[in-house]
Amino acid sequence: MLITRRVEFAASHVCRNPALSDAENERLFGEAANPHGHGHNFTLEVTLEGDPDPLTGMVFDLKQLKEVLNREVVEPMDHRFLNREVPPFDRVIPTAENIALEIWNRLAPHFNTGRSRLHSVRLFETSDHFVEYCGEKL
Amino acid sequence: MIRLTRRYRFAASHRLHQPVFSEEENRRIYGKCNNPFGHGHNYVLSVTVAGVPDPVSGRVADPKALDRFIEKNVIRAFDHRNLNIEAEEFAGGGAPPTTECLALAIRDRLLRDWSLAFPEGAPRLDRISLEETPNNKFELRCP
Repeated sequence: MLITRRVEFAASHVCRNPALSDAENERLFGEAANPHGHGHNFTLEVTLEGDPDPLTGMVFDLKQLKEVLNREVVEPMDHRFLNREVPPFDRVIPTAENIALEIWNRLAPHFNTGRSRLHSVRLFETSDHFVEYCGEKL
Repeated sequence: MIRLTRRYRFAASHRLHQPVFSEEENRRIYGKCNNPFGHGHNYVLSVTVAGVPDPVSGRVADPKALDRFIEKNVIRAFDHRNLNIEAEEFAGGGAPPTTECLALAIRDRLLRDWSLAFPEGAPRLDRISLEETPNNKFELRCP
């Protein structure tokens, strides 16, 4: 069974590669390269996979899931400038892809034991642009 | 591998009618959708591509390149059109422009020119979904 919990956080970011010129960054990232940054209301959907525990009837304790998401994602990223305040985005470009990978890396250790495992993270930058990662080797 | 999805919109009219069937059969099979004057929808197309983030850009696809490709190959062909009359896939007869058949037509359009637009084999087209209304959604793996 798959269970999904959704959380939101608002953050700003800049998509620029410091190895490229301003013109190249502008061409590659368009308005997302604005050095002053811009922001989104990010929506994160985290899906766990597992069988319900025979005693509790739950795949995973949703209160505990909420705490993990708050501690690992929402508290560190909400109302932050990702490039300046949230490592590793001082050196990794915070594209939606890279943010999703970082969230996967932060969350996966919490769900590697027990009855359930992390199935996917889906990160919406806007309702018309989202990325999904299921932990495959890159 | 990471999947990236972008959503697009187009508005079009259609009529579901199969001339092989009688008028009565058409009314029974397609109901309101068989209205001889046609009707329309705001379609929402989701296009999902898959790949590994590029080491320079940190992205699996250039969203602007994807937008240009979808605009040229799908939106321009179907937006504010009568699908039965103006879409080449349906103008010549055959199966009527159900959302199933429209999704298949869109998949074929995307696959036809994909390698020209994305010559390095990246990103890969993974799947599409087409919403006829917020309550009806059709998904298709590609290819």
